[in-house]
Amino acid sequence: MSDKEAAKAYWKTNVRIILWSLVIWALVSFGFGILLRPMLSGIAVGGTDLGFWFAQQGSILVFLALIFFYAWRMNKLDAEHGVGEE
Amino acid sequence: MDQFTLNLLFVGASFALYIGIAIWARAGSTSEFYAAGRGVHPVTNGMATAADWMSAASFISMAGLIAFTGYDNSTFLMGWTGGYVLLALLLAPYLRKFGKFTVSEFIGDRFYSPTARMVAVICLIVASLTYVIGQMTGVGVAFGRFLEIDNTAGLLIGACVVFAYAVFGGMKGVTYTQVAQYVVLIMAYTIPAIFISLQLTGNPIPALGLFGDHAASGEPLLAKLDQIVRELGFNEYTAHHGDTFNMVLFTLSLMIGTAGLPHVIMRFFTVPRVADARWSAGWALVFIALLYLTAPAVGAMARLNISELMWPNGTDAQAVSVEQIETDAKYDWMATWQKTGLLGWEDKNGDGRIQYYNDKNAEMQEKAAANGWEGNELTNFNRDILVLANPEIANLPGWVIGLVAAGGLAAALSTAAGLLLAISSAVSHDLIKGQLNPRISEKGELLSARIAMAAAIVVATYLGLNPPGFAAQTVALAFGLAAASIFPALMMGIFTKVNNKGAVAGMIAGLAVTLIYIFLHKGWLFIPDTNSFTDADPLLGTIKSTSFGAVGAMINFAVAFTVSRMTAPIPQAIEDLVESVRVPRGAAAAVDH
Repeated sequence: MSDKEAAKAYWKTNVRIILWSLVIWALVSFGFGILLRPMLSGIAVGGTDLGFWFAQQGSILVFLALIFFYAWRMNKLDAEHGVGEE
Repeated sequence: MDQFTLNLLFVGASFALYIGIAIWARAGSTSEFYAAGRGVHPVTNGMATAADWMSAASFISMAGLIAFTGYDNSTFLMGWTGGYVLLALLLAPYLRKFGKFTVSEFIGDRFYSPTARMVAVICLIVASLTYVIGQMTGVGVAFGRFLEIDNTAGLLIGACVVFAYAVFGGMKGVTYTQVAQYVVLIMAYTIPAIFISLQLTGNPIPALGLFGDHAASGEPLLAKLDQIVRELGFNEYTAHHGDTFNMVLFTLSLMIGTAGLPHVIMRFFTVPRVADARWSAGWALVFIALLYLTAPAVGAMARLNISELMWPNGTDAQAVSVEQIETDAKYDWMATWQKTGLLGWEDKNGDGRIQYYNDKNAEMQEKAAANGWEGNELTNFNRDILVLANPEIANLPGWVIGLVAAGGLAAALSTAAGLLLAISSAVSHDLIKGQLNPRISEKGELLSARIAMAAAIVVATYLGLNPPGFAAQTVALAFGLAAASIFPALMMGIFTKVNNKGAVAGMIAGLAVTLIYIFLHKGWLFIPDTNSFTDADPLLGTIKSTSFGAVGAMINFAVAFTVSRMTAPIPQAIEDLVESVRVPRGAAAAVDH
């Protein structure tokens, strides 16, 4: 595989990982935290409901997990495609 | 020792610490000083980024806005942390690979156009200046309380200190000073929160206490809070009241804006490797999350404490008496804060008691008529004082109050000074040397930087006296402007092959439309009473001016794509540049330019 093709395949995988990560990013904040909150209102969490917890705590924790996952996954991908730093 | 002396001691000691570290680091190695950030471990870099990022808006203002609105202001929490996901996934690694030092340099090179660079510089200056106005509001509150003087005088003194601090400049670049600032800031924020959480719920972790049980009543804390604010005629704390569409747009604007603000992005240019840029964003968010996970607990617990202080025997019994406020040590904070002009009460019906309730609520009006109340008597409670007043409200020991004063000043000063430096270097380096007069002498460049800095602080102070909103709200406007102008240009530069004309047209359209929308609602150039609309009744449906940044960003993208499609495609050299930015290999070389 030429360098150019390798770079192309690497970029395609990267964009796919980004898209999936952003789906989760939007789901926990705009989804669970705001738009889907009425649907989660049956699940009680400490005097309120799960949507409130996601809006004030859960989304932030998921954001953290997402960034660390992405860093780990991409550093692995760099090695797999041989495009990492020397 | 009285509280004033104690505050002075804590503030003085924290400043001595910052300066001491700056001198120690400078003596260590000169080259290290200039290459701040490079060779620094991602964890250390993350901590310094967190100190840089968390300003008066996060520290002083945000919990107060959450306290008095409840769930609806969760937008600040999600928006200001969610932006780091965008930063880590969409920008940081690629900008690090590109290897230049400023955002406008990237835009100028990628869109092979000095015009694009100049437009980017203007966008950065507009967003940063708006940001400084918000910081100055916070500086006024912090200095007013700390020196026990009127808010206006506090702001003027604060402005002088910020200016001196920014001129002293170099300190800003020392990563370890920022690490110290972070430590002071996070201790000042979390220690009182831990005390209050223990008092109210018995749980030492505020984020868990928030969802725990209220020790005094045995009910869940949030249920108790909902009940008490409902009885006073206010909106239920945990319920959703505002417009959902506006809430989504506002959160999105803050997220995109976070990823478009130059002083945060810049930190990722100088980490040693692309992999480190990815980790650094994560570590920055870890240290930011410590404050952001605590803030909602601070807000809710303070709201409960204030309500109970105003109704010491429950909402069915008599309200607190004026005599008790004046004599009981538990109410000393009210007298101290009254001096700043940011807290006020008035016994309107002359019954010797201060009734705090929502006098706009129909049911409460009936109750008021029956009881002979003549309107809410806690007439003024500025949202921005909540965090600083919180330890006093909870009756915590004097050293905690001193620590919070030091933390608030650190947050406000460091970010305000950092932004002033960014503005002055944008004017002198990018605008004057880069565009208007390339042959300007080094002396001339330095002089123009100083003049730009002085001008920026005069403008920010003037507007800070009549701010367009509470600190965090003004700062939110700055995020809207960054979201509408810078973020789309950066993202299109990496992920698409949009050309120079498209990028320039997009940035101009995004910035102009957003700025006009904000001015229509907040007054032209933020001058009071020149606005045609208000955020209570916005021009476009339910979209408030603070939420417009996301719309501006969409306009930016749409205009850029359309114009780019109609004009010549990007040259081969730029095509190669985009391809190279996308892969980490070869990043080490870029750093040595």
